[in-house]
Amino acid sequence: MRTAFIERLCELAAMDSRIFLVCGDLGYSVLESFSEQYPDRYLNAGVAEQNMTGIAAGLAMAGKVVFTYSIANFPVMRCLEQIRNDVCYHNLNVKIVAVGGGLAYGSQGYTHHGVEDLAVMSAMPNLVVAAPADPTETRGITSILADRPGPAYLRLGKAGEPVLHPDNLRVELGKAIRVSDGNDLTIISIGGMLGTVLKAAEELPKHGIYPRILSMPFLIPQDTEAVLEAADQTGAILTVEEHGPGGLGTAIAETLATHGRAPCFRILRLARSPIQVAGSQEELRSAQGLSPDALLQAAEQLCHGRKPSVTH
Amino acid sequence: MSVRRHVLGMLHRANSSHVGSCLSCADLLAVLYSTVLRIAPRNPQWSERDRFVLSKGHAAAALYAALAETGFFPCQWLDEYGMKGSALLGHASHHVPGVEFSSGSLGHGLPVACGMALALRREHRANRVFALLSDGELDEGSNWEAILFAPHHHLDNLAVIVDYNKIQSFGRVSEVLELHPLAEKFQSFNWGVVEIDGHDLEEIRSALSSVPALAGKPTAILAHTVKGKGVSFMENQLMWHYRSPSDEQLQLALDELEGKQ
Repeated sequence: MRTAFIERLCELAAMDSRIFLVCGDLGYSVLESFSEQYPDRYLNAGVAEQNMTGIAAGLAMAGKVVFTYSIANFPVMRCLEQIRNDVCYHNLNVKIVAVGGGLAYGSQGYTHHGVEDLAVMSAMPNLVVAAPADPTETRGITSILADRPGPAYLRLGKAGEPVLHPDNLRVELGKAIRVSDGNDLTIISIGGMLGTVLKAAEELPKHGIYPRILSMPFLIPQDTEAVLEAADQTGAILTVEEHGPGGLGTAIAETLATHGRAPCFRILRLARSPIQVAGSQEELRSAQGLSPDALLQAAEQLCHGRKPSVTH
Repeated sequence: MSVRRHVLGMLHRANSSHVGSCLSCADLLAVLYSTVLRIAPRNPQWSERDRFVLSKGHAAAALYAALAETGFFPCQWLDEYGMKGSALLGHASHHVPGVEFSSGSLGHGLPVACGMALALRREHRANRVFALLSDGELDEGSNWEAILFAPHHHLDNLAVIVDYNKIQSFGRVSEVLELHPLAEKFQSFNWGVVEIDGHDLEEIRSALSSVPALAGKPTAILAHTVKGKGVSFMENQLMWHYRSPSDEQLQLALDELEGKQ
């Protein structure tokens, strides 16, 4: 995803001279393509995220479209007040990019697990919050964020994620992407969990379950219409995210309650407590109940636990 | 420019705090807005303007007074400061004409000023960027990230003014977290440093008009000031960080200012 991001950003920078990239001394073997092509629009601010974010705000006030880039929590938590006051309050053209969201830095430990970012960022004013599922979504979202005035948060995975969508995928601000069309239940995921969802979905028809699958890369603005349709048409919703409490599941639960919908509903997400053991991203996901098998089981339970009023 | 008179009236009417902080930087703001900044009050977004960032946002009343006196908006607006529905908040608000940046949480203004200066420098433009910080504010680590950054990028279009009144919100700077020797700190970070009497109008004008003090380096102007300056019973008193003048105290203060003018 980070490769797709930087490739697209380079393409956009060729067309828009306002685009500026600021990193917090991270991005080795990723950002060089930008810094070599556009040295006047690149800055390594050093290991100083508060200053990095304040500088990004100042650059944006002088007319730049600024992307800040660092890993996991560093461009989010360390400088949260700069994001709130300097960037969001002033509604500036600053796009905060965190690479290695979720458990991508698995064995590096809890300091490197970006697992509260969606909750924290979704509380900020004026901010678009996005987490693409694959390189194709990443390219589309990067273009949207560069084009749309105002602040945004972009949570990326690391590198080498599989491509899950066709090349000609249409990505729209605040729109979910429908990946399959079943009507037995709806599985909604954000970010890289879509790959796990698709693996589970291969097995579901063997159990007589045909799921609707939505990739929801935009937490804010949320595709309320798609959520309500899912509730009305499929009667059951399973949300999946590589994040602790306060993310996608929470946001969708609020939407459902606000609109008076009560489908069978379950949130699959990380526990609140920090993960304290080593493991790959895949291993840690599984240990937290985010494996294809766990998804399969949750989907079955949801379908069997409700009145058989909805047929496909 | 009658910044002090406005401030006393505003904080009295609004029953608001930080009068000492406003009075200590009143002369700095008056000189900045009357003779130093290249600005167009009728066109606050003029692209050739100098930028001024009030990082010590709690001195907003003094900034609003300077902006009104300069013609960014009518002085009558000052009467509404802190009142229900007014845009003139207790901490600097960018919704007020002429205010570049909203502040109030300390340690935010200098990094933003660095970003502005960097953008202007990369575009080879002549605009200058001034940021006014309090001394207590220098406790914030974010400032020191920016103080390390600015000389590395040769931001000689950037000037920091420190309102060095030696009192922070809960005591004397020397007791809470000593800054001395502050000039040496900035010098060792590779800044050009000028120390002035922050109430001597000519010294202020001369220092602010001579930016950069050293070619190729950002400038730190350490303005030695007196908290509560101009009203004898407020001077150097911690409690006037918090108190609002009563009717009687307001009259005494205004009489004293009258006498001196």
